[in-house]
Amino acid sequence: MTQIHVTTTVNGDEVEFLADPRETLLDCLRDKLGMTGAKEGCGTGDCGACSVTVDGRLVCSCLVLGVEAEGKKIETVEGMAEGEKLHPLQRKFIEHAALQCGICTPGILVAAKALLAQNPDPTEEEARYWLAGNLCRCTGYDKIIRAVLDAAAEMREGV
Amino acid sequence: MSVAKSLPHDSGPLHVSGVARYIDDIPTPANTLHLAFGLSTVARGRITAMDLSAVRSAAGVVMVMTAEDMPFANDASPAAHDEPILSDGTVHHVGQQIFLVAATSHHAARRAARKAKITYAEEAPILTIEQALAGNSRFEEGPRVWTKGDVDAALKAAPHRLQGRLEMGGQEHFYLESQAALVFPQDNGDVIVHSSTQHPTEIQHKVAEAIGKPMNAVRVETRRMGGGFGGKESQGNALACACAVVASLTGRPAKMRYDRDDDMTITGKRHDFRIDYDVAYDDRGRVLGVDFTQYTRGGWALDLTIPVADRAMLHADNAYLLPAARITSHRLKTNTQSATAYRGFGGPQGIFGIERVMDHVAHALGLDPIEVRKVNYYQPMAKVRAGGAGDNSTPYGMEVRDFLLHEMTEKLLGTSDYARRKAEIAAWNAKSPILKRGIGFSPVKFGISFTLTHLNQAGALVHVYQDGSIHLNHGGTEMGQGLFLKVAQVAAARFGVDVSRIKITATDTAKVPNTSATAASSGSDLNGMATQAACDTIRERMAECLATLHQTTPDKVIFADDRVTVGATEMDFSQAAMTCYQNRISLSATGFYKTPDLSWDRIAGKGRPFFYFGHGAAITEVVIDTLTGENRILRADILHDVGASLNPAIDKGQVEGAYVQGAGWLTTEELVWDDKGRLRTHAPSTYKIPACSDRPEIFNVDLWDGENPEATIYRSKAVGEPPFNLGISALLALSDAVASCGAGYPDLHGPATAERVLAAVKRVRG
Repeated sequence: MTQIHVTTTVNGDEVEFLADPRETLLDCLRDKLGMTGAKEGCGTGDCGACSVTVDGRLVCSCLVLGVEAEGKKIETVEGMAEGEKLHPLQRKFIEHAALQCGICTPGILVAAKALLAQNPDPTEEEARYWLAGNLCRCTGYDKIIRAVLDAAAEMREGV
Repeated sequence: MSVAKSLPHDSGPLHVSGVARYIDDIPTPANTLHLAFGLSTVARGRITAMDLSAVRSAAGVVMVMTAEDMPFANDASPAAHDEPILSDGTVHHVGQQIFLVAATSHHAARRAARKAKITYAEEAPILTIEQALAGNSRFEEGPRVWTKGDVDAALKAAPHRLQGRLEMGGQEHFYLESQAALVFPQDNGDVIVHSSTQHPTEIQHKVAEAIGKPMNAVRVETRRMGGGFGGKESQGNALACACAVVASLTGRPAKMRYDRDDDMTITGKRHDFRIDYDVAYDDRGRVLGVDFTQYTRGGWALDLTIPVADRAMLHADNAYLLPAARITSHRLKTNTQSATAYRGFGGPQGIFGIERVMDHVAHALGLDPIEVRKVNYYQPMAKVRAGGAGDNSTPYGMEVRDFLLHEMTEKLLGTSDYARRKAEIAAWNAKSPILKRGIGFSPVKFGISFTLTHLNQAGALVHVYQDGSIHLNHGGTEMGQGLFLKVAQVAAARFGVDVSRIKITATDTAKVPNTSATAASSGSDLNGMATQAACDTIRERMAECLATLHQTTPDKVIFADDRVTVGATEMDFSQAAMTCYQNRISLSATGFYKTPDLSWDRIAGKGRPFFYFGHGAAITEVVIDTLTGENRILRADILHDVGASLNPAIDKGQVEGAYVQGAGWLTTEELVWDDKGRLRTHAPSTYKIPACSDRPEIFNVDLWDGENPEATIYRSKAVGEPPFNLGISALLALSDAVASCGAGYPDLHGPATAERVLAAVKRVRG
C-alpha cells in the first residue's frame, strides 16, 4: 500500500515518517520513531497502556492512525522529564512504589499529567475515575492514586 | 544494613521514563521475521482439509509451517508431551495453534494467518464439568482422595449437618504485556532466546527439543516481564519454540508476540472449580467433620493441572483444624484452553471452599462468622511449641507449628473497628430499603514450598570486580514483584555495602543453570538463600586474604557501611576488592540452596510438603444496590504476615495488588464460553479486571510485626500468593449484604457479578 509522508511534532521535536495509512499512531511511534514508551496492551483502546496526548488531548494511540498525526503536537512519556530531571509525577511514582512490572506506568503517567493540566487539584474520586481507563494488574491502584495526589500537591506549591 | 528497608524498585527510573525494555521493545535487525499462529475455530474434531495457498501468497509472507514441517519435537508441554506446537491433525479447543506464519511484519503475519481455509470433521466438544463426568473425560485414572479420621461417622453422629455446592470461575491473568519471544540465531545452530517467561530453564529445555540440540546450545535471557501471575510459567513455550525453529531454518531473527485477543484465546487461565460439601458441626459452629468433593476443568492438555488440583486439596482446610476430613479431587479433561498456573495455584479455590463452609455454618446457626472461624482455628504457635496442644495436624498429616491467626485476627478486629461497624451497618441497613451494606472477613494460612519437592532448589552467581562493583545473577525472574531488588538487598547486606554497588542482571540460563520457575511464591526464599551462600563464599575469601595481610584472623574483618575494617585498619570496599584481586583471590562464586525438611507422598496425601505457612486476614465492607445488583467495595482492612520483611514497601505493594486481583476474581472477572466452546470474553472490552475506579476508598494495609520461626533468608516469608486469598473477604461481604435482604442463605457463587448479586437478593427474599 502507498506510504504517506507525515510531518508531526513529538515532544517538541519535529519528526517525519512514512506511514501505511492503516498503521496506528502507536505502531508509528514504536516502529518508525523507535519510541517504545507507549505499549500495546490490548490494541482496542481499553487498557490505556498506549496513552499519549495529541494537541493536549489524551488518546489511546492504538486508536489513532499515524497519518492523523500530521501537523499535530504529540506528547509521550519520553518527553516528561527535562533532561535528567524527572517530572514530579515520575518522581512520586518511584517514591510511593506506585509501579511494579512497570508496563502500564508510561500510559498512566501520561494520563495523570493530562489530568493535572486541566485540573491541578483533583479530588481522590476525580483522580480515580480519570484513570479508570488505564489498567494496572499489579498494584491494586492504591499507591498510584497516592502518588498522583501527592505530585499534584507538590506541583501546586511549586509554581 | 540494606535489608528490611523500603528501597524503591530498581527499575523505577526506567519504568517512569518509558525506557525499561520488554521483549517487544528490544531493537531488532531489519531482516527479523515476525510470527503468528493460525488458530482452530472449532473446539473438537479432525482436520479433513487445509488449504494454505492464500496464506502463502499473502503480502510479506516468507514461510508457512504445519506440523509436518517441524524439524524435531513438536511439543510445548511442560512434561506430558501432549501439547503439539502445531496441531497433529486433531483439534482440542478453539484457539489451538494449527499452522505458523513467518512474515516481514507482525501485522502481515496476522493478516495472512486469517486467510487459511480449513475444513474440520467436528465432534461434540466436552465443555462442562457435567459433560466431562458423564464421559469420564479426566486426567489420571480416577479421583484422588485424601482422608483424616472417620468422616462418615462424624457426619452420621453430627448434632448439625448441612450440604452445599459452590461454583467458582477461572481467571484470565491479564498480564499487560502479552506473551512474547525473540530469538537470535548464532554460530553452529545455537540460539539466544529472549522470552517473557517465569521459567527460563523450561523455555531452554523445550527450545532445545524443538531445534534438535542439547540444552547447552540454547541460552535464554529474561530481564523483566510486564506481569506474569503464573501465566508465564508454561504458556510461553509455544512462542519461544516457534521462533527458535524459524530462526534455525532461516538464519534470521524471529519474533512473536500474541495480540491480546489471541493471547486470551490461546493461553490457559486459572482453573475453575465446583466444590460440593457436606459438613458436621456442633452448636458453636465447630466443624466435626467435612467431606469435600472438588471438580476442576483442566482443559485440553495436562500442563500443571495435577499440582494445581493437589494444592487445592492441600488448602481445603485453610486455617481450620478439622478432626475428620475427606477431600476428593476430580481433574477433568475438557475442550477448552489448558488451564494453568495462576497466583495461588489452586490454593485459593480450596480455601474458598472451606471459607464458604464457615460462612454457611455461621448463617445456619445465626452466629457471627468470625466467631465460628475462631473456634475452628488451628492451635496457636506458642501453645504447640510448648507441647501439649494435642492434635494440630492438617488433613495431610502435617503438624501446624507456626499458626499466627489468633493474634492477627484480634489485632485486625481492633484496628478495623469491626464490632462497632458491624452494629452500625445493621442499623443503617434497617433504614435503607434499596442500598444494603455488608461486611466480610477471611483469613489465610498458605503453605510455602513447591509440592514437587525437587523444585525447591536455587542457584546464584556473584562476581566482585576489582573496582569493588558487584555483579549479581540468580535463577529468579522479575515480573514486577521486586524480586531482583530484594535479592540485591540480601547481597548488599552480606558485603556490608550500599545496594547501589550491586548490578542487577537479567536471568540467564548460561549463568545459572537448572533453575525452577519463579513461582509458588518461592522467589526470594530460594534465590535469596542461594545469593547469600555465594556472597558469603567470596566474603570469607576476602576476609581470609585481608586478615593474613594485616596479621589478624578472619573474624576480625568486618564488612559494614560500605567499608571493610581489618583490626585497626579501615578501607573502602573498592580498595578491599582491589587488594584481594592483586593477591590473586577468586572474587567470583556460585551459591546453591535447597529447602530442608520436606517430604511428601502425593498419592497417599501424607507428609510435610511445606517448609512453613504464611498468614493474613482481611475485612472488607461493601454496598450493593438491591435493584440492580451493582456494588462497590467501600473499605478494606488487611493485616498480613511476611515474617521479617526484606522490603516493606515492596511487600505491601504485593499484598495490595494481590488483594485487588483476588477480589477481581470473585467479583467482576467472568469468563464466558459459548456452547461451541468459543471464549466470548477475550479482550478487556468484555472481561473486566479491577480498574482504578474500583479501588476501595479506605484501604488500610499493614504487615504483621514478626519473624519466620524457620531459618529463611533474614527470617522473611514469601509474599506473592498468600494475600491473593484475602480477596475472598470481598465476596463474603457481598454475601453478608445480600443476607440482610431476607432469611435465606445467599448461596453466592464466584464471581459474584452484579447479575449474580441481584439474583441472590431475589432468592433470599423468597
